[in-house]
Amino acid sequence: MNARPAPRSGWCMPKALDILLPLLGFCLLLAAWHFGVGWAGLPPAVLPKPLAVWGAINTHWLLLLEEGWVTLVASAAGFGLAFLIGVPMAVAIAGSPLLNRMFYPLLIATQSLPKVALAPLMLVWLGTGIESKLAIAWLVAFFPVVVNTATGLRTTPREYLDLAAVTRANGWQIFWKIRLPAAMPFVLSGAKVAITLAVIGAVIGEFVGSSEGLGHLLLVANSQVNTPLAFAALVGLAVLGIGLYAAVAAVELALRPWFGEAPPQ
Amino acid sequence: MAGPDKGRMAEQPFGRIEAVTKTYPGGIVALERVDYDLRAGELVALLGPSGCGKTTLLRMMAGLTRPSAGRISIRGKIIDGPQPDFGFAFQSPNLLPWRSVLDNVLFPVEIAGRLDTRARDRAMELLDVVGLKGFSRLRPHQLSGGMKQRVSLCRALVHAPSLLLMDEPFGALDELTRMEMHDLLHAIRQSSGATIMFVTHSIAEAVYLADEILVMGPRPGRVVERIRVELSYPRRSAQRYSAEAREYERQAGAALGVVHA
Repeated sequence: MNARPAPRSGWCMPKALDILLPLLGFCLLLAAWHFGVGWAGLPPAVLPKPLAVWGAINTHWLLLLEEGWVTLVASAAGFGLAFLIGVPMAVAIAGSPLLNRMFYPLLIATQSLPKVALAPLMLVWLGTGIESKLAIAWLVAFFPVVVNTATGLRTTPREYLDLAAVTRANGWQIFWKIRLPAAMPFVLSGAKVAITLAVIGAVIGEFVGSSEGLGHLLLVANSQVNTPLAFAALVGLAVLGIGLYAAVAAVELALRPWFGEAPPQ
Repeated sequence: MAGPDKGRMAEQPFGRIEAVTKTYPGGIVALERVDYDLRAGELVALLGPSGCGKTTLLRMMAGLTRPSAGRISIRGKIIDGPQPDFGFAFQSPNLLPWRSVLDNVLFPVEIAGRLDTRARDRAMELLDVVGLKGFSRLRPHQLSGGMKQRVSLCRALVHAPSLLLMDEPFGALDELTRMEMHDLLHAIRQSSGATIMFVTHSIAEAVYLADEILVMGPRPGRVVERIRVELSYPRRSAQRYSAEAREYERQAGAALGVVHA
């Protein structure tokens, strides 16, 4: 019973490092921030120390949660709407040669447009309620969903289409049983881009005209020179953005064994 | 009933390829005037280097491409598109990654709207024949290359096709898996009786599998020689190394211009 082999650590060590090293990096940055502020003698109104930000989070956690919830709802709803409208639209575009030729180049072109610039107009059209915010979140999230889905539907591997041809599949079957599932990796990678943009859109919406949400809180804190609170709002936004992204990425990861990974574009 | 049922249907061949030519836009002649009568139950190998039009000929037989001139008919019917009783095995396994092994095999019957217990039973039987019965619920990414190609073979056979078209199906496999697949194909021929057109660029593969080899040459693609392979049935892997088989290989190699006197 002696000389038992030591448990192999070869497998778990790199995994642990994958988590530990970024954490270490983060702590180093916090330390640099802390000591940098002290060394430069910056007043808290310009740049508060990390501990002051932590203090603000502690004091205002309920407020942060409430405002965060508002932003979360606007982001998620904008993303959801983008998906609900974007996917069928991409299907229509990819499914019709005419629409395809008319709109696909335009869609590609819109990718480089600064869509958030429409935010002030949304305010004029829809007012300062959740509608304008949602509209902006929807607008920025919509395009990556449509473009990616349409691209995925257009680039079905030729062998799959040969298989459809030799089995004499009709257009409906080709779409449901081949094209759409084959486009899934593109749809999912579009979703990952879209969710990030939806949060940005919601915050822009709150910047230009809203009386709630983390974006609004950020503006208010700024105008009161309550910089620690502004930073606390930023932390809230970071948590929100990362959380939503992680949720979508988790769905993508869970579906990857079925549909594979989208090729880099 | 593999291959050797010759002569009986000599009057009316199973399939006819008549003066088939394929020209691509720009005047490139992929295939020039091929004539061939395909006999029922035989395995015909299309052997040649890349660019000799062998895949083009196979795709025209499948109805995936139309000849520019001439015509192909199977059992008297002119091929103007994919036919319901043809099976096609692709160069890559070409399995749909989101479907299980069984659902991949069942794809052709599902498309044809004939997905019933009998089809399922047949699919399971085929998987059993190729040694994958226990793998029916797995998905393609969990299989090795050889296993995927076997699933692909089952899919091509699931609707009991009368003509099986195979486009270099074992080209990407390693030598040992390939040899196993050859014997598997012989076993499948034994039970299915299907007529088979088999594209390959391996001389040994063509000799071991085929009843007749169409040796093809490039620029323009054409049939340069027909070699009747009279190796006896049932074929056993030891026959690969017989003097007879070696002689057929030499003939094919000479026709391809890679074996010199």
